[in-house]
Amino acid sequence: MNSSPVVELADVTKVYHLPSGDVVALDGVSLSIEEGEFVAIMGPSGSGKSTLLNQIGSLDVPSSGDLFIDGKNIGEMGDRHLTEMRLNTIGYIFQKFNLIPLLTAFENVEYPYILKHRKKDESGRVNHILEMVGIDSDLSRHRPSELSGGQQQRVAIARALVNEPKILLCDEPTGNLDTKTGRHIMDILDGLNSEGRTLIMVTHDPAIAGYASRTINLVDGRVA
Amino acid sequence: MIIKDIIFQLSIRSIRLHFLRSVLAALGIVIGVVAIASMGMMGANMTLSVTEELSSMADTLVVTAYSGGGGGGGMPGMGGGGDDDDYISQDEFDAVERIAAKYGTVYAIYQESDTIEVGDKKGRATMYGLDEDMFPGLFTLTEGAFPRSTNSVVVGPMLVERLDLKVGSKIEIGDPDEGSTTTVRVVGILEERGMSQDINSDMAIIGSEKLFTGIFGGEGEYDQVNIVLNDLDDTETVTDQIEDKLNRKEDTVTIQDSSRMIESITGTLSTMTIFVMAIAGISLLVAAVSIFNVMMMSVTERIREIGILRSIGTQKNEVRSMFLYESAILGVLGAVIGAVVSLTVGWLVVLAMVGSTEYFFAPASLVYVPFAMAIGTVTCILSGLYPAWSASNLDPIEALRAE
Ligand SMILES: Nc1ncnc2c1ncn2[C@@H]1O[C@H](COP(=O)(O)OP(=O)(O)OP(=O)(O)O)[C@@H](O)[C@H]1O
Ligand SMILES: [Mg+2]
Repeated sequence: MNSSPVVELADVTKVYHLPSGDVVALDGVSLSIEEGEFVAIMGPSGSGKSTLLNQIGSLDVPSSGDLFIDGKNIGEMGDRHLTEMRLNTIGYIFQKFNLIPLLTAFENVEYPYILKHRKKDESGRVNHILEMVGIDSDLSRHRPSELSGGQQQRVAIARALVNEPKILLCDEPTGNLDTKTGRHIMDILDGLNSEGRTLIMVTHDPAIAGYASRTINLVDGRVA
Repeated sequence: MIIKDIIFQLSIRSIRLHFLRSVLAALGIVIGVVAIASMGMMGANMTLSVTEELSSMADTLVVTAYSGGGGGGGMPGMGGGGDDDDYISQDEFDAVERIAAKYGTVYAIYQESDTIEVGDKKGRATMYGLDEDMFPGLFTLTEGAFPRSTNSVVVGPMLVERLDLKVGSKIEIGDPDEGSTTTVRVVGILEERGMSQDINSDMAIIGSEKLFTGIFGGEGEYDQVNIVLNDLDDTETVTDQIEDKLNRKEDTVTIQDSSRMIESITGTLSTMTIFVMAIAGISLLVAAVSIFNVMMMSVTERIREIGILRSIGTQKNEVRSMFLYESAILGVLGAVIGAVVSLTVGWLVVLAMVGSTEYFFAPASLVYVPFAMAIGTVTCILSGLYPAWSASNLDPIEALRAE
């Protein structure tokens, strides 16, 4: 196995400059996550959990410090390479599902596949993944607005998986779902981890955090 | 290609989702395209029909007596020395003929206007007198024959209509109160020839030189000499030579080159066309603003969607093309509908303004349809540039946060 960590932060700081003064969202965070780990990030509201996840997800770059994803330094990348990173290496699952309203469930999953492979899916992979998360071919023809929250999150998981990302990031994936549906989603994510996929998840819920093999606590932008 | 395809699909779906709004925006483009195309076609049809009317005499040089234009010239009563007669003398005609004969046909015209009487109808008409041999080359008959005897004439179609003339009608020329009159017989009716610089035959009576000088006198005092050139390229050579011969010391004749007149008329018409089209272009400007508005709305409404697209790996330029496609689709849609409509509207405008749609399908006229389409589409794409640019430069995290 690869011995170097798949995610490594060294003294990462993120400062937002606001008219009312600077906000330090991350304050010298250092941590590393190995391939195949399931890490939960917890902490009070405003402690910087989402900010940390956005840095790892290459949606944003640190103000200072080094952040390596799969061995590459995010801080030195331009927009084009960050975007490629999001497409190829990272799968992002959001609290609000964030499906594209104009596309059907199937097309939502196929979209990143087309972006990456520059052709439509002929391998049946999209259908296979949708089935795996429990969306049948009838449901996959529906637009997101015609699906329940749990179904939308399943589609979102399928979309995050379609390009075989090294790292799956989830920001409160069950935050908008009832407990029972949340459990189904967690079962799917847990199953993915046991197949060897690296999983990093932000949550408020200790019960949900219980699925993880390690918990990182953030307080005021620092690892507690 | 397929990647463009899915981005293109998103643009189409966005337009379909806001169908009414998009159609209204495209309607602006339709109106702009129709306005520009029909104004352009109107101008082209006007130019074509005027040119056609004028070009029948494009090969004719008209020589008339110099009438003093400019400064001092001939003072009345000064008499001798100068050539201040208002006719072309036999000598001058001979000189012109010597120069121009090898380039074409030269003939002289007598012209006078007088009272005429047909039955109990009275009126005035222009009478031309010219060499009988010239008739067949200059005129086309619709009825009858060219004159053979001295007191037979041919008449123009508008005079025929006004005075109810027929082949065989008798016309009395001259005012009976002021002296003797001459009766002539109509032997032929001419085809319409239109406005022209050499001879305006449509309203005239045309007879032989002998008939003319018999009525009005003034033999060898021509009003006008026409040169019908075999080759338009000789215009300058002939003009220069005549100028050199007759106008060296002082101006005795004026030479009018009708091709230059046609040029200036068509020049004026095309300036007018461009001006009218520019006014029509204002409607396109209004359309551009409404497209801009719709595209900005589309961007604002879809900020969150843009955030999603960017966060799952869509490049900036792909987001940009998505919005550019959207405005291009609106533009092409508007331009195509505009083209179809402008064929109808343009036809009506041309019919109303020019009076004839004879040249409607001429390339010079129809070319305004693709021209207006191109302008409409380009305007539309240009108005989409800024919205597309601003969409692609949104920060993904900020965009995801939008509600
Ligand atoms: N784009 C931004 N501009 C300015 N300040 C920001 C921005 N994003 C986050 N912050 C600030 O950074 C701090 C951390 O925010 P973050 O969203 O990471 O918290 P969080 O731990 O995810 O909280 P929650 O549990 O409520 O989601 C907060 O004080 C927040 O106000
Ligand atoms: Mg958060």
